[in-house]
Amino acid sequence: MDEAIAIVRTNESSGAGALLVLALLTLAFAALSFFLGPANISASALWHGLVSGDGLAGVIAREIRLPRTGLALVVGAALGASGAALQGLFRNPLASPDVTGVTSCAGLGAVVALYFGFAAATPALLPAFAILGALASAALLYALSRAGAGVMALVLAGVAISSLAVALTALALSFASNPYAMSEMVLWMMGSLKDHTLSDLTFAAPLVLIGIVLLMTASRGLDALTLGEEAARSLGIDVASVRGRVVIGVALATGAATAAAGAVSFVGLVVPHLLRPFFGFNPSRLILPSALGGALLVTASDVLVRSIDSGEQLRLGVVTALLGAPFFFWLILKLRREA
Amino acid sequence: MSTALSFDGVSVNYGGRAALSGVTAKFAPGTVTGIVGPNGAGKTTLLRAALHLLPLSSGKVLVEGRALDDWSREALARTIAYLPQGGEAHWPLQARDLVMLGRLPHRGQFAAPAGADRHAVRDAMARADVVAFADRRVDELSAGERARVLFARALATGAKILLADEPAAYLDPAHQLRLMGLLREEAARGTAVGVTLHDLALASRHCDEVLVLHEGRVAASGPPDLAFSDAALASVFGIAAQRTADPAGGRAALTAWNLI
Repeated sequence: MDEAIAIVRTNESSGAGALLVLALLTLAFAALSFFLGPANISASALWHGLVSGDGLAGVIAREIRLPRTGLALVVGAALGASGAALQGLFRNPLASPDVTGVTSCAGLGAVVALYFGFAAATPALLPAFAILGALASAALLYALSRAGAGVMALVLAGVAISSLAVALTALALSFASNPYAMSEMVLWMMGSLKDHTLSDLTFAAPLVLIGIVLLMTASRGLDALTLGEEAARSLGIDVASVRGRVVIGVALATGAATAAAGAVSFVGLVVPHLLRPFFGFNPSRLILPSALGGALLVTASDVLVRSIDSGEQLRLGVVTALLGAPFFFWLILKLRREA
Repeated sequence: MSTALSFDGVSVNYGGRAALSGVTAKFAPGTVTGIVGPNGAGKTTLLRAALHLLPLSSGKVLVEGRALDDWSREALARTIAYLPQGGEAHWPLQARDLVMLGRLPHRGQFAAPAGADRHAVRDAMARADVVAFADRRVDELSAGERARVLFARALATGAKILLADEPAAYLDPAHQLRLMGLLREEAARGTAVGVTLHDLALASRHCDEVLVLHEGRVAASGPPDLAFSDAALASVFGIAAQRTADPAGGRAALTAWNLI
């Protein structure tokens, strides 16, 4: 009897070690991201600059390196946690903020806010519009799935929503008669952590944090949904509230992340899947690890972008898509085989 | 006889149609009550009404003597365990993690499983005879094994009332008998068990009481040999049945024989 209880216990604690490894790796890449850059400044001088804010090192540390590293962590955490929560809600490993079109709708919201002068008048409207865009697409998808649409229908709806959002983004940019419209469009569609300020980080971080906390409060309910909606309700779960928290949490986190860094794709899809072998399939056990894993993946991808192309014409979203799209194909094939 | 769950003139309208009309029924502790009836008779609706999953249009449901509206969601979840039809597991969890889901009504928002939860899981798995699969992923189990793991999940809640919707469907005969045996064991521990069944042989041999539903109304109720009268079988199912006596002294088994 005690032996069997021990079996039950060991499995629960195994996640803690993996979480620690993930946290340490994230920290290591965050440090690498912070200390890596074109300016020839020693690590100790940078660290001193970050703490004191004095001199050139202070400017570089606080105005350039910190926003970049911080945004990489925040954006990655937002996308990773959103992916894990959406997969839990839809009970499907193909769901994620980008595949479902949430990211591109957030991008559309940001572009509308930026190029029609709303954000210039009130800066808070930039994340607000992005979050509204994300909310609209997440709610639409949820309505579709409530109406009984299968997974393939959802993925196809995501494709349609994405294409529409991208087309509207392009349209908005051309109407805005911005001389840099084309390059700006690439920025919003591909995502970039280049040339961001500390204020980008300070508006995105709290919104992402609130979003992730909201997603974590839904985690119990997501576990129960493994058994189907009726069984979840019979276990005392308020399913409508769980659904609402996931949709709003994803919209907040993905919306704020996209408003800051553009549409970075595939992070939310890939990360939960990579972590399941270490943390198990319970949706509740994946949200926090996926936030960390997303932060790690985006930070590492950004380090990769900067080290292979110091001119930085290569966009972060290009790298994540190059890694993520083949993975998506592989996942579809795998699920087909298992079905 | 005390009552764990009772329906008093319960009517439920569903999509503009009366799914249940004036149903009065009792589920007693220590008793396996079979809920039987043709497709669309309202069997699942009856269970869903007891779980407060849908609104009643009239009548009342009492759980341990208290009306449903007086129960909090969590307290009701700790009192009634529900095994829905077709047992889904959307993620390939390990069997013990799946069974642990049955403890959710006992745990706070972020509380890790406590000792009591682990004991309940272990105990439920032993009773459903699935300890051997504790480490296995549920997608690697056979349908019969998976059904027992899902059953253990319902047991882990430790509820005084257990409602199961068609748990015997899609199982081979050996697994069907095994599942009915598990339900009987739960009743022997004092649980009030309600189970919807299509198989008249299972209902007649393994239930203490049966509730025969027809078009949302109670057509007959009582011990199987009384409730399954020739007249009731003819009017509800449109069949004649053959009765096979049990030489060992158990209940006679009913076999659907002819259409009439």
